[in-house]
Amino acid sequence: MRVAILVFPGSNCDRDMMVAVETITGRRPALVWHKDSQMDPVDLIILPGGFSFGDYLRCGALAARAPVVEAMLDHASRGGAVLGVCNGFQILLETGLLPGTLIRNERLKFVCRSVNLQLQHDHGSPLLSTLDPGHSLTIPIAHNEGNYFAQKDDLEMLRQNGQIAFKYIASPAFGPDNPNGATDNIAGILSANGRVLGMMPHPERAIGNGHPSSDGKLLLRAILQGVA
Amino acid sequence: MEVKINISLKKGVLDPQGRAVESALISLGYSEANNVRIGKQITLEIEAEDASRAQQRAARMCETLLANTVIEDYSIEIADPS
Repeated sequence: MRVAILVFPGSNCDRDMMVAVETITGRRPALVWHKDSQMDPVDLIILPGGFSFGDYLRCGALAARAPVVEAMLDHASRGGAVLGVCNGFQILLETGLLPGTLIRNERLKFVCRSVNLQLQHDHGSPLLSTLDPGHSLTIPIAHNEGNYFAQKDDLEMLRQNGQIAFKYIASPAFGPDNPNGATDNIAGILSANGRVLGMMPHPERAIGNGHPSSDGKLLLRAILQGVA
Repeated sequence: MEVKINISLKKGVLDPQGRAVESALISLGYSEANNVRIGKQITLEIEAEDASRAQQRAARMCETLLANTVIEDYSIEIADPS
Protein backbone atom coordinates (compact mmCIF):
# COMPACT_ATOMS: atom_id res chain seq x y z
CA MET A 1 0.00 0.00 0.00
CA ARG A 2 1.73 3.15 -1.19
CA VAL A 3 0.21 6.45 -0.14
CA ALA A 4 1.43 9.98 -0.89
CA ILE A 5 0.26 13.07 0.95
CA LEU A 6 0.72 16.35 -0.91
CA VAL A 7 2.05 19.25 1.13
CA PHE A 8 1.50 22.90 0.22
CA PRO A 9 2.66 25.98 2.09
CA GLY A 10 -0.11 26.35 4.65
CA SER A 11 -1.21 22.70 4.75
CA ASN A 12 -1.72 21.85 8.41
CA CYS A 13 -3.36 18.41 8.48
CA ASP A 14 -0.64 16.62 6.51
CA ARG A 15 1.05 15.13 9.57
CA ASP A 16 -2.22 14.15 11.26
CA MET A 17 -3.14 12.36 8.05
CA MET A 18 0.27 10.69 7.93
CA VAL A 19 -0.19 9.38 11.48
CA ALA A 20 -3.73 8.21 10.73
CA VAL A 21 -2.66 6.31 7.60
CA GLU A 22 0.39 4.83 9.30
CA THR A 23 -1.77 3.67 12.24
CA ILE A 24 -3.93 1.74 9.80
CA THR A 25 -1.40 0.42 7.29
CA GLY A 26 1.73 0.18 9.43
CA ARG A 27 3.53 1.96 6.64
CA ARG A 28 4.43 5.63 6.64
CA PRO A 29 3.06 7.54 3.65
CA ALA A 30 5.35 9.79 1.62
CA LEU A 31 4.98 13.54 2.07
CA VAL A 32 5.39 15.21 -1.32
CA TRP A 33 6.19 18.92 -1.58
CA HIS A 34 4.08 21.09 -3.90
CA LYS A 35 7.01 21.97 -6.15
CA ASP A 36 7.69 18.35 -7.10
CA SER A 37 6.45 17.72 -10.60
CA GLN A 38 7.44 14.04 -10.57
CA MET A 39 6.02 11.48 -8.21
CA ASP A 40 6.70 7.79 -7.65
CA PRO A 41 3.65 5.68 -8.51
CA VAL A 42 1.29 5.27 -5.55
CA ASP A 43 -2.06 3.61 -4.85
CA LEU A 44 -3.60 6.67 -3.24
CA ILE A 45 -2.85 10.40 -3.25
CA ILE A 46 -4.22 12.44 -0.36
CA LEU A 47 -4.65 16.22 -0.41
CA PRO A 48 -4.80 17.23 3.24
CA GLY A 49 -6.62 20.04 5.00
CA GLY A 50 -5.21 23.42 5.92
CA PHE A 51 -4.91 26.83 4.35
CA SER A 52 -2.77 26.28 1.28
CA PHE A 53 -1.24 29.56 0.08
CA GLY A 54 -3.13 31.37 2.84
CA ASP A 55 -6.45 30.89 1.03
CA TYR A 56 -5.36 33.79 -1.21
CA LEU A 57 -7.61 34.58 -4.19
CA ARG A 58 -9.96 31.64 -3.39
CA CYS A 59 -9.50 28.60 -1.15
CA GLY A 60 -7.43 26.06 -3.06
CA ALA A 61 -7.09 28.22 -6.19
CA LEU A 62 -3.32 28.66 -6.10
CA ALA A 63 -2.59 25.12 -4.88
CA ALA A 64 -4.64 23.75 -7.78
CA ARG A 65 -2.04 25.19 -10.19
CA ALA A 66 1.03 23.80 -8.34
CA PRO A 67 3.43 21.43 -10.16
CA VAL A 68 2.61 18.47 -7.90
CA VAL A 69 -1.07 18.84 -8.79
CA GLU A 70 -0.18 18.23 -12.45
CA ALA A 71 1.29 14.90 -11.34
CA MET A 72 -1.84 14.21 -9.28
CA LEU A 73 -4.03 14.91 -12.32
CA ASP A 74 -1.94 12.47 -14.37
CA HIS A 75 -2.41 9.84 -11.68
CA ALA A 76 -6.16 10.47 -11.62
CA SER A 77 -6.44 10.36 -15.40
CA ARG A 78 -4.93 6.86 -15.30
CA GLY A 79 -7.69 5.82 -12.87
CA GLY A 80 -5.60 6.43 -9.74
CA ALA A 81 -7.35 7.00 -6.42
CA VAL A 82 -7.40 10.44 -4.80
CA LEU A 83 -8.79 11.66 -1.47
CA GLY A 84 -9.14 15.38 -0.74
CA VAL A 85 -10.09 16.49 2.76
CA CYS A 86 -11.32 20.01 3.55
CA ASN A 87 -8.81 22.32 1.83
CA GLY A 88 -7.87 19.23 -0.21
CA PHE A 89 -11.50 19.04 -1.37
CA GLN A 90 -11.41 22.74 -2.24
CA ILE A 91 -8.26 22.10 -4.31
CA LEU A 92 -9.88 19.16 -6.15
CA LEU A 93 -12.83 21.39 -7.08
CA GLU A 94 -10.49 24.15 -8.26
CA THR A 95 -8.73 21.67 -10.59
CA GLY A 96 -12.09 20.72 -12.09
CA LEU A 97 -11.53 17.05 -11.24
CA LEU A 98 -14.73 17.24 -9.20
CA PRO A 99 -17.65 19.55 -10.13
CA GLY A 100 -18.87 22.56 -8.18
CA THR A 101 -17.24 24.76 -5.59
CA LEU A 102 -17.23 25.54 -1.88
CA ILE A 103 -18.36 29.01 -0.88
CA ARG A 104 -18.40 30.84 2.43
CA ASN A 105 -20.43 29.22 5.21
CA GLU A 106 -23.97 30.54 5.18
CA ARG A 107 -23.67 32.08 8.64
CA LEU A 108 -20.23 33.59 7.96
CA LYS A 109 -18.65 31.74 10.86
CA PHE A 110 -15.83 29.25 11.01
CA VAL A 111 -17.46 26.02 12.18
CA CYS A 112 -15.37 23.56 14.19
CA ARG A 113 -17.30 20.64 15.68
CA SER A 114 -18.28 17.04 15.16
CA VAL A 115 -21.04 16.30 12.68
CA ASN A 116 -22.97 13.20 11.75
CA LEU A 117 -22.60 12.03 8.19
CA GLN A 118 -24.60 9.51 6.32
CA LEU A 119 -22.94 7.43 3.70
CA GLN A 120 -25.07 7.60 0.55
CA HIS A 121 -25.56 4.58 -1.63
CA ASP A 122 -25.73 3.44 -5.16
CA HIS A 123 -22.42 4.43 -6.63
CA GLY A 124 -20.39 1.31 -5.98
CA SER A 125 -17.16 3.29 -5.65
CA PRO A 126 -14.27 1.01 -4.66
CA LEU A 127 -13.27 3.59 -2.04
CA LEU A 128 -16.47 3.06 -0.06
CA SER A 129 -17.55 -0.41 -1.11
CA THR A 130 -16.70 -2.09 2.20
CA LEU A 131 -19.00 0.26 4.15
CA ASP A 132 -22.75 -0.25 4.41
CA PRO A 133 -24.85 2.34 2.59
CA GLY A 134 -26.81 4.43 5.07
CA HIS A 135 -24.05 3.94 7.63
CA SER A 136 -23.70 6.99 9.86
CA LEU A 137 -20.31 8.35 10.89
CA THR A 138 -19.30 10.94 13.48
CA ILE A 139 -16.41 13.02 12.15
CA PRO A 140 -15.33 16.61 12.90
CA ILE A 141 -15.48 19.52 10.49
CA ALA A 142 -13.40 22.70 10.75
CA HIS A 143 -13.91 25.22 7.98
CA ASN A 144 -15.06 28.64 6.89
CA GLU A 145 -15.77 27.78 3.24
CA GLY A 146 -17.61 24.47 3.25
CA ASN A 147 -20.87 25.49 1.68
CA TYR A 148 -21.07 23.22 -1.35
CA PHE A 149 -22.48 24.83 -4.47
CA ALA A 150 -22.81 23.51 -8.00
CA GLN A 151 -24.61 24.52 -11.13
CA LYS A 152 -27.96 22.83 -11.72
CA ASP A 153 -26.83 20.38 -14.39
CA ASP A 154 -23.80 19.34 -12.31
CA LEU A 155 -26.02 18.74 -9.28
CA GLU A 156 -28.41 16.71 -11.39
CA MET A 157 -25.50 14.63 -12.70
CA LEU A 158 -24.19 14.04 -9.16
CA ARG A 159 -27.62 12.89 -8.01
CA GLN A 160 -28.31 10.67 -10.99
CA ASN A 161 -24.92 8.94 -10.93
CA GLY A 162 -24.96 8.47 -7.17
CA GLN A 163 -21.84 10.63 -6.87
CA ILE A 164 -22.94 12.21 -3.60
CA ALA A 165 -20.85 10.28 -1.09
CA PHE A 166 -21.87 11.83 2.24
CA LYS A 167 -24.61 14.08 3.53
CA TYR A 168 -24.77 15.87 6.87
CA ILE A 169 -27.58 14.48 9.01
CA ALA A 170 -29.18 15.83 12.18
CA SER A 171 -28.28 14.27 15.50
CA PRO A 172 -29.31 14.91 19.09
CA ALA A 173 -25.65 15.32 20.07
CA PHE A 174 -24.57 17.70 17.32
CA GLY A 175 -27.75 19.57 16.45
CA PRO A 176 -29.26 20.41 13.09
CA ASP A 177 -28.18 18.67 9.95
CA ASN A 178 -26.59 21.40 7.90
CA PRO A 179 -23.61 23.19 9.47
CA ASN A 180 -22.71 25.45 6.57
CA GLY A 181 -25.56 25.88 4.10
CA ALA A 182 -24.33 23.22 1.67
CA THR A 183 -26.73 22.40 -1.16
CA ASP A 184 -28.59 19.15 -0.43
CA ASN A 185 -26.55 18.81 2.81
CA ILE A 186 -23.65 17.62 0.70
CA ALA A 187 -20.52 16.86 2.73
CA GLY A 188 -18.57 14.88 0.14
CA ILE A 189 -18.72 13.83 -3.50
CA LEU A 190 -17.16 11.27 -5.83
CA SER A 191 -15.89 11.54 -9.38
CA ALA A 192 -17.85 9.73 -12.08
CA ASN A 193 -15.42 6.77 -11.97
CA GLY A 194 -15.73 6.63 -8.16
CA ARG A 195 -11.98 6.89 -7.62
CA VAL A 196 -11.72 10.52 -6.55
CA LEU A 197 -13.36 11.47 -3.26
CA GLY A 198 -13.57 15.00 -1.86
CA MET A 199 -15.04 15.67 1.57
CA MET A 200 -15.20 18.51 4.10
CA PRO A 201 -15.06 16.43 7.33
CA HIS A 202 -11.66 15.39 8.68
CA PRO A 203 -11.41 11.60 9.10
CA GLU A 204 -7.83 11.98 10.37
CA ARG A 205 -9.25 13.79 13.40
CA ALA A 206 -11.42 10.82 14.38
CA ILE A 207 -9.07 7.88 14.79
CA GLY A 208 -9.65 7.18 18.50
CA ASN A 209 -6.91 7.83 21.07
CA GLY A 210 -8.59 10.83 22.68
CA HIS A 211 -10.48 11.88 19.56
CA PRO A 212 -14.26 12.22 19.87
CA SER A 213 -14.77 9.12 17.73
CA SER A 214 -12.90 6.52 15.73
CA ASP A 215 -15.23 6.65 12.73
CA GLY A 216 -12.57 8.44 10.70
CA LYS A 217 -10.33 5.42 11.14
CA LEU A 218 -13.15 3.20 9.94
CA LEU A 219 -13.59 5.35 6.85
CA LEU A 220 -9.87 5.65 6.08
CA ARG A 221 -9.46 1.91 6.52
CA ALA A 222 -12.29 1.31 4.02
CA ILE A 223 -10.68 3.70 1.54
CA LEU A 224 -7.24 2.11 1.97
CA GLN A 225 -8.72 -1.38 1.54
CA GLY A 226 -10.61 -0.19 -1.50
CA VAL A 227 -7.49 0.99 -3.32
CA ALA A 228 -5.21 -1.87 -2.26
CA MET B 1 -1.04 48.40 -20.40
CA GLU B 2 -3.09 48.88 -17.27
CA VAL B 3 -5.80 46.33 -16.86
CA LYS B 4 -8.69 46.30 -14.42
CA ILE B 5 -10.52 43.07 -13.84
CA ASN B 6 -13.83 43.05 -12.03
CA ILE B 7 -14.97 39.77 -10.56
CA SER B 8 -18.54 39.45 -9.36
CA LEU B 9 -20.70 36.62 -8.11
CA LYS B 10 -23.08 35.22 -10.68
CA LYS B 11 -26.78 35.89 -10.27
CA GLY B 12 -28.39 33.29 -8.09
CA VAL B 13 -25.22 32.46 -6.15
CA LEU B 14 -25.73 33.09 -2.46
CA ASP B 15 -23.53 35.88 -1.08
CA PRO B 16 -23.55 35.53 2.72
CA GLN B 17 -21.14 38.44 3.07
CA GLY B 18 -23.28 40.72 0.93
CA ARG B 19 -26.32 39.77 2.95
CA ALA B 20 -24.60 40.59 6.25
CA VAL B 21 -23.43 43.95 4.89
CA GLU B 22 -26.95 44.68 3.65
CA SER B 23 -28.46 44.10 7.07
CA ALA B 24 -25.75 46.30 8.64
CA LEU B 25 -26.59 49.09 6.17
CA ILE B 26 -30.27 48.76 6.98
CA SER B 27 -29.60 48.88 10.71
CA LEU B 28 -27.61 52.10 10.10
CA GLY B 29 -30.77 53.62 8.64
CA TYR B 30 -30.10 53.02 4.93
CA SER B 31 -33.38 51.25 4.48
CA GLU B 32 -33.17 51.80 0.71
CA ALA B 33 -30.17 49.41 0.44
CA ASN B 34 -31.07 46.24 -1.37
CA ASN B 35 -29.39 43.32 -3.09
CA VAL B 36 -25.83 43.99 -1.81
CA ARG B 37 -23.25 41.83 -3.58
CA ILE B 38 -19.54 41.81 -2.87
CA GLY B 39 -16.98 41.18 -5.58
CA LYS B 40 -13.33 41.95 -6.10
CA GLN B 41 -11.20 44.03 -8.37
CA ILE B 42 -7.79 42.96 -9.61
CA THR B 43 -5.52 45.48 -11.29
CA LEU B 44 -2.42 44.54 -13.21
CA GLU B 45 -0.11 45.67 -15.96
CA ILE B 46 0.21 43.63 -19.10
CA GLU B 47 2.85 44.12 -21.73
CA ALA B 48 1.07 43.80 -25.04
CA GLU B 49 1.27 45.32 -28.49
CA ASP B 50 -2.31 46.57 -28.40
CA ALA B 51 -5.43 46.72 -26.28
CA SER B 52 -7.14 43.79 -27.97
CA ARG B 53 -4.15 41.52 -27.30
CA ALA B 54 -4.09 42.66 -23.65
CA GLN B 55 -7.80 41.98 -23.42
CA GLN B 56 -7.31 38.50 -24.83
CA ARG B 57 -4.49 37.66 -22.38
CA ALA B 58 -6.46 39.01 -19.43
CA ALA B 59 -9.45 36.89 -20.41
CA ARG B 60 -7.20 33.81 -20.47
CA MET B 61 -5.91 34.70 -17.00
CA CYS B 62 -9.48 34.95 -15.74
CA GLU B 63 -10.43 31.61 -17.22
CA THR B 64 -7.39 29.75 -15.91
CA LEU B 65 -6.97 31.31 -12.47
CA LEU B 66 -8.43 34.67 -11.53
CA ALA B 67 -12.13 33.79 -11.64
CA ASN B 68 -13.97 30.64 -10.68
CA THR B 69 -16.45 30.52 -13.52
CA VAL B 70 -18.71 28.13 -11.61
CA ILE B 71 -19.82 31.04 -9.45
CA GLU B 72 -18.15 34.16 -10.78
CA ASP B 73 -18.41 36.45 -13.79
CA TYR B 74 -15.60 38.73 -14.83
CA SER B 75 -15.26 41.87 -16.90
CA ILE B 76 -12.09 43.46 -18.19
CA GLU B 77 -11.25 47.11 -18.70
CA ILE B 78 -8.12 48.21 -20.50
CA ALA B 79 -7.01 51.73 -19.56
CA ASP B 80 -6.61 54.07 -22.48
CA PRO B 81 -2.84 54.40 -22.98
CA SER B 82 -3.17 57.99 -24.24
